[in-house]
Amino acid sequence: METAHKRPNYLLIWAYLAILTAAELALAFRLPIATNLKLLLLLFLAIWKAALVGMFFMHLKFERWSLRILAIVPLPLAVIFILAGMSEHIW
Amino acid sequence: MTHAAATVDQMQPPFPAERGLDVYNKKLGMWVFLASEVMFFAALIGTYIILRFGAPGEWAKPGIVLNIQITAFNTFLLICSSVSMVKAYAAIQDGDVGKMRFWLLLTILGGATFVGIQIFEYVHLVERGFVPSGAREGSEIADLVAKGTLPAATIGLYGSTFFTMTGFHGFHVTCGVISMTYLFFTKALPGKYSRSDYAGIETVGLYWHFVDLVWIILFTIVYLI
Repeated sequence: METAHKRPNYLLIWAYLAILTAAELALAFRLPIATNLKLLLLLFLAIWKAALVGMFFMHLKFERWSLRILAIVPLPLAVIFILAGMSEHIW
Repeated sequence: MTHAAATVDQMQPPFPAERGLDVYNKKLGMWVFLASEVMFFAALIGTYIILRFGAPGEWAKPGIVLNIQITAFNTFLLICSSVSMVKAYAAIQDGDVGKMRFWLLLTILGGATFVGIQIFEYVHLVERGFVPSGAREGSEIADLVAKGTLPAATIGLYGSTFFTMTGFHGFHVTCGVISMTYLFFTKALPGKYSRSDYAGIETVGLYWHFVDLVWIILFTIVYLI
């Protein structure tokens, strides 16, 4: 197997994810802030959590760039796909 | 004969082929599959965004129909199962088969509990009258729509998008639990994984973390926003 690399502290990542989830819940139901700002912050927290899972649990941080590209390329394509749909129906 | 042998070699390269990306085949195959899964969930999430922001009225406020506490617990459970999966992977990398079995079993239990809680949530929602078509007549949810607590114009879209997205995700979790259970009984328990061969654990782990990653996004956009 060719996956030997420095191992991250998985429990620390777990703690980050738990704290970020608690922060999301507090932001959604406790903090009295503007809806648009709340939406942006919630999306930011969700993407942050997803990035932590991708980088440390799926080990993308330690993979070769060739494999990282394979994982990253669908993301902008998905965004383009969604924006194209929005442009037709909303804007 | 030489020509025939060369033809056979080209058609069936020696296993494992590790050219190009320099990644073994199972792992590369899983990453290609996950790339297609990104587009699958992008279609679902994109449709949801288009329907929600192009809807002819307000969307239901979070927490009125859906039980946030139980889903937050379920989210935490899925995150924990992702950690246990990666611990199983780390254990077999170290050659510790016993620990790998323990963590894999814990991941299976976590995933199965997630599905169980989701089924419980669905049953509870349907009992209250929240169905894929919106609100069932004469139900508690229909009363909330009649009182104006829930918007009448978008309750149908809310129901259909909620059940479609969470349903497809639940299906993926179920597939993951079945795959891990199969690996547990056919490979992990008989001791077929070792420090030098743990491809099954790594590839099913990638799938499991992806399912967790998708839920992180779905939880935010469906339950919190």
